[in-house]
Amino acid sequence: MQRIYIFKRFERFWHWSQAALIMFMMLTGFEIHGTYTWLGFQRAVDYHTTAAWVLITLWIFAIFWHFTTGEWKQYVPTMEKAEAVLRYYLTGIFTDAPHPFRQSTLTKHNPLQRLAYLFVKLVINPLIWLTGLLYLFYSSWDNWGLGWLNLEWIAIGHVIGAFLMLIFFIAHVYLATVGHTPASHIKAMVTGWEDVD
Amino acid sequence: MIIPTTITGALIASGLAVGLAISGVAHATADSAPAAALKQTTQGAAQKLDSSTADHTKFEALQADFKSGSEVTKACLTCHTEAAKQIHKTKHWTWEYKNPDTGQVLGKKHVINNFCTAVASNEDHCSACHIGYGWADNKFDFSVQENVDCLVCHDTTGVYKKLPGLAGHPNYETMEWPPKSGRLRPPTDLKKVAQNVGKTSRKTCGACHFRGGGGDAVKHGDLDSSLESPGRYLDVHMDAEGLDFACAKCHVTDAHEVPGSRYGPTATDTNGVQMRGSKKTRNPATCQACHGNAPHDQAAARLNDHTRKIACQTCHIPAYARGPRHAKMSWDWSTAGQLDEHGKRIKTRNSIGKVEYDSNKGHFTYDRYVTPEYKWFNGKVKYTLFGDKVDGSSIVKINEFLGGPDDPDSRIWPLRVFRGKQMYDKGLKTLAVLHTTGNDESAFWKNYDWDKALVTGMKAVGAKYSGSMGFVETEMSWPITHMVAPKEDALKCEQCHTKVGRLAGIEGVYIPARDRIVALDTVGFSLALLALISVLIHGAIRIFVSRKKKG
Repeated sequence: MQRIYIFKRFERFWHWSQAALIMFMMLTGFEIHGTYTWLGFQRAVDYHTTAAWVLITLWIFAIFWHFTTGEWKQYVPTMEKAEAVLRYYLTGIFTDAPHPFRQSTLTKHNPLQRLAYLFVKLVINPLIWLTGLLYLFYSSWDNWGLGWLNLEWIAIGHVIGAFLMLIFFIAHVYLATVGHTPASHIKAMVTGWEDVD
Repeated sequence: MIIPTTITGALIASGLAVGLAISGVAHATADSAPAAALKQTTQGAAQKLDSSTADHTKFEALQADFKSGSEVTKACLTCHTEAAKQIHKTKHWTWEYKNPDTGQVLGKKHVINNFCTAVASNEDHCSACHIGYGWADNKFDFSVQENVDCLVCHDTTGVYKKLPGLAGHPNYETMEWPPKSGRLRPPTDLKKVAQNVGKTSRKTCGACHFRGGGGDAVKHGDLDSSLESPGRYLDVHMDAEGLDFACAKCHVTDAHEVPGSRYGPTATDTNGVQMRGSKKTRNPATCQACHGNAPHDQAAARLNDHTRKIACQTCHIPAYARGPRHAKMSWDWSTAGQLDEHGKRIKTRNSIGKVEYDSNKGHFTYDRYVTPEYKWFNGKVKYTLFGDKVDGSSIVKINEFLGGPDDPDSRIWPLRVFRGKQMYDKGLKTLAVLHTTGNDESAFWKNYDWDKALVTGMKAVGAKYSGSMGFVETEMSWPITHMVAPKEDALKCEQCHTKVGRLAGIEGVYIPARDRIVALDTVGFSLALLALISVLIHGAIRIFVSRKKKG
């Protein structure tokens, strides 16, 4: 057992503030969608919009960070050991089989994580960004030559993005508990240090 | 009122002093009297200057003891040489308007509404709201300049009143008014009124527009006498203690042509604020003419998005008849004509003292703080006119507001829909014209004989009553555009953005929180639930296995 420094300070800050924002935006977003009443429509919209701008700012910093540090390579997909990792989570984890993937500072994510996060970054996030910004700039559509757009399509796209994010969120939160101990991954995400074999 | 009453009062007082001096009444007192009066006037002027450059009390032409309104008009025309010619071109005079969109000939002269229904054969009564003198029947000469009534719009004294039954004249002799009230109304002091003319005001416009349809708060819903001196809560612009707008502040009039008629309304204007120098082809009475299309500040910028689909009035006039007056909501002519055991007219009142039943007119209902109905509207209105097919099988739309979600000129508008039941000719299959008023034998309000009254009424529009009449349900729509509430009273987001809100019946627009794709929600939440169940099962197995090992 040894400790390695996996998550740097900015990365941890990014992760947790993004987590808080996304949870808050799911809560306000589904209220705006009419699923329940919590803050009231007007406040839900105001807070959702403010949170969106904060998150966009955070993302701009995060993208900059990924490219300047070369950390973007962590998300380059690979199928190597992907099947083994999948099999581990489906059966091996119950029989104390060894994890087929060994974490390191250069490869902090297992192949399934890589694929999942890449899907978030290339599909879910852009879908939410694009539809969300169009939603925000509804009154400029005519000026931008987008008068043919229909708010319903944008809303549908945004809601699809929200459902994908919700599903990702459920899986992600659960998988955070599958480390050596249920809290070890979460602890690593807080302190930056992860125990590896 | 543009001029505060104190100023007006002072001017009237000083003006009268001059008037007395000039007319010689004061001669007997002292030679210094005119000088004193002049001094007083100068002092008064120094204290409170009117914005007008003319003091009508000083005009020689207005020193006469006028015998009729037309005599006053003649005097007016000696200076305002073109005024009557201008008036002759307006809807206020012709009661006629050709709608360029539909080609229909409209105006009070032609439209049959579901209030008093029609002007034809009832001119001497209805013309109490015509800006002329002498329109008693279809022989009225619309080309005579002296027939124009200047005073009804320009009176500032409040004593001038045209009475129904006098063909547009005020009373020139002492007269019992209201009829059978026992109260005597002194002759109209035309000289005083003529010498105190001024700009139009909420009171002068309201003399007719607050009282259309036969009384206060009957017709428009968003116009009634509470707007003569409203508080801010009732209308932010007309607020007597605040902005104090006169009607003409928005209905900016040129050559006596008052813009902003509901016969040719403007549903939206995307051309922004009308600056000085703007072409006068646009309607100056719209909200947008002053506020533009993005009137909300940055903090509430999202509200500006709504102007693509929603008329300003929809949010900013959350209800009409918000003053103390109850708006008339329906009028059922079918019960009119019932008399008591002595054959006398019946009039009953409801718990709030409003007339519920009147033998002359039938049954009424009233309401206050009325929630408007909402509809896509592009400014085009189609009327059901005399001769248009009405067979009693369906509700007749007196006027239909056109427009739809895919029409870029349409906005969601608040409407007042006035519902009624009224006369139609079963044989001719048309809305009927009823002769209601007058002293002749066929007038309905005199003898309550439908057939006789219809013969005379229909004859007035060149038709022959078939002899068979019935009652048909009708709806008349009115755009709600006055009684603009303060912003804090505007509709709240939640009043539309909810499953069943104000705009529940509006189609063709996606309203977040009202609308959803049910299938998408079902699939989305099912998958999320499935994910949750999966991880819970996975976790449960982990716990079970680890316990077993320990155990």
